[in-house]
Amino acid sequence: MGKSVRVDVEYLTRVEGHGNIVVDVRDGKLKECRLEIIESPRFFEGMLRGRSIFEAQHITSRICGICACAHSLASIQAAEEAIGFVPSDQTVKLRKFLLDLEILDSHILHIYLLVAPDLLGVKSFVPLVENHNTVVRRALRLKKTCNDVCDILVGRHVHPISCTVGGFTKLPRPEDLEKMRNLLLGMIPDLEATVDFVRGFRFPEFERETEYVALVSDDDEYPLLMGDIGSSDGVRLPKREYRNITNEFVVPHSTAKHTRLSRDSYMVGALARLNLNHPKLHPKAKEVAELLGINPRVVNPYLNTVAQLVECFHCLYHAVDIVEEFLKTGLDYDEETVVGLNEKQRIPVRAGSGVGAVEAPRGTLYHHYEVDDYGRIVHANCVIPTGQNLRNIEYDMRKLVPEVLGRSEEEIQLALEMLVRAYDPCISCSTHFLNVTFVGRENPEGS
Amino acid sequence: MKAPKVAFFDFACCEGCQLQVANLGETLLELLGFLDLVEFRETMSERWDGIYDIAIIEGSITTPHDVERIRRIRQRSKTLVAYGSCATIGGVNGMKNSFDLEEILRYVYGEEARFFATLPTRPVHEVVPVEYFVHGCPVCQPEFLEVLKCALLGIPYHVPDVAVCVECKFNENVCFYERGLTCLGPITRAGCNSWCINHGNICYGCRGMVSNPNEQGFLEVLERYGVYVEFLTKRMDMYNSCRILKGAGNNNGEERTG
Repeated sequence: MGKSVRVDVEYLTRVEGHGNIVVDVRDGKLKECRLEIIESPRFFEGMLRGRSIFEAQHITSRICGICACAHSLASIQAAEEAIGFVPSDQTVKLRKFLLDLEILDSHILHIYLLVAPDLLGVKSFVPLVENHNTVVRRALRLKKTCNDVCDILVGRHVHPISCTVGGFTKLPRPEDLEKMRNLLLGMIPDLEATVDFVRGFRFPEFERETEYVALVSDDDEYPLLMGDIGSSDGVRLPKREYRNITNEFVVPHSTAKHTRLSRDSYMVGALARLNLNHPKLHPKAKEVAELLGINPRVVNPYLNTVAQLVECFHCLYHAVDIVEEFLKTGLDYDEETVVGLNEKQRIPVRAGSGVGAVEAPRGTLYHHYEVDDYGRIVHANCVIPTGQNLRNIEYDMRKLVPEVLGRSEEEIQLALEMLVRAYDPCISCSTHFLNVTFVGRENPEGS
Repeated sequence: MKAPKVAFFDFACCEGCQLQVANLGETLLELLGFLDLVEFRETMSERWDGIYDIAIIEGSITTPHDVERIRRIRQRSKTLVAYGSCATIGGVNGMKNSFDLEEILRYVYGEEARFFATLPTRPVHEVVPVEYFVHGCPVCQPEFLEVLKCALLGIPYHVPDVAVCVECKFNENVCFYERGLTCLGPITRAGCNSWCINHGNICYGCRGMVSNPNEQGFLEVLERYGVYVEFLTKRMDMYNSCRILKGAGNNNGEERTG
């Protein structure tokens, strides 16, 4: 006699944004398995139409509070390409630095506040304040330091101020560079302690090989800000052809837009990046990868969290390298530029189309704008990482459920929640998601 | 004294203002010593089914479900705090109010638009009574802590009702108008310590307008600049659409675009 299980997790917690998991097993057979997204639609792409391209970064940063810098950077890249502006080398380097900070900050939040409670058997970081006070303090300290560095570089981490189309409205002074370097170096002992902490975890044993998608490049730098789009199945396309990577389509059972490339689903994020670009990691990050048993090919999605920790080291050391270079060469402060609405026509504007593709903490993020002769946005589209992972998560769940069916319902539910959390889904970003919960079925109170 | 029960809830928003709480660093632990954080979905799985002493609301009200949910939260809360621009003034979510809702639904979601029920964006206080407001996109942490203290003590918090320019002058920034650029500082509520201008950028008006903004005079100033006028008028509604729709009927700047 087969087992029947129904898991219905309303208001999935410790993820960014709102989602539900629905699994239905009847007589040992998996009938249904989906991740529903119930974020209120916010219409960012629709609202951008008619606005100045010089406002796009400010507005689209507000898609997500956690990856505000990644959205800003993707937006700026798309906008500059659309109007034909080429940023200076100094600007590009500082943007890379900002993206390092963003990934570092987001991964720390995910590892400590969102994932660790599951592995320590508690519901959130709050009970950890009592029992694991040093861990909580370390997490908050790391998080705060990332923020402090961001404050110096761009004014703040949640919705950066000074990073705009054209460059930076304010550049860090030599004493700021020094301060940022010291803050970053000060994080190393805490990050090393994090390695010991994560080594102590037992991640669920589960494997499912899939197609991995991330930025790829021909140079030696681990590509985060710029590159083509590549996949572990050998696809490589320039970013302007992103639609041929994502192939978004509507799924009748879930009504959320899904993506697929060579197979029926693909994965983006830290694990995908490591699987594609492991040899380009900073040597310090490679050491950590080896210590954590992360080889160039990992197919357990739960280990995305470990891949994130490896990336923390990469981003930290890469950021330090950039700051040290600027400490040596100095910054050209004549490059400070305040474009505003381009009142002074500092930046020539032309009609055109541009695509930004950057590695956000959770995976490849695309912004695409078309502008007219005035620099007025006539069309906008964003494809976010979580949307791309959704179908892959469902395939993982379909393989996982039969493997854990012998366990109690709570354990099955936890295994599924942990799986979804491992992908670090960022549902606020999900401007493309749909929700059937609003019609028909009554949505139980989430408060 | 028993620690007050405090909960965070999010509606249509980016959750960046909640993140500002996590970003407090170890100060957060001191804070947790004074209050009993019972719900915070972004970082906690715990639920609480009693009365909240303080409910902190992030996000705008944009769906029929939101309306029901905020009403239920209100019923169970002694004090409600609207937290961040989306909650206090509608924020960037308000921009959709300048579009035909059917049309914008169709543009973003195409054929699947039928699955959505969407309403014009409203700030929280237009749906249920609100005791405290923390403006900003994102909120500034010092102001949030100040408001929280007031809420815990049950005393009023007065949101500054002077223009951002006042703080900007104290910070000795060179005025953007002097530099040939436009900025929303003159009509925007202070309290952020001219955060953006200190970092070299213009003010985008995220805290909402002062209570008596000279909007017409401001538009006349803007029109002197040789920019596509529509951009300038639109800039005023980036955060303030909800207010403009409410206060000035259909006049959201379109007739000035010629």
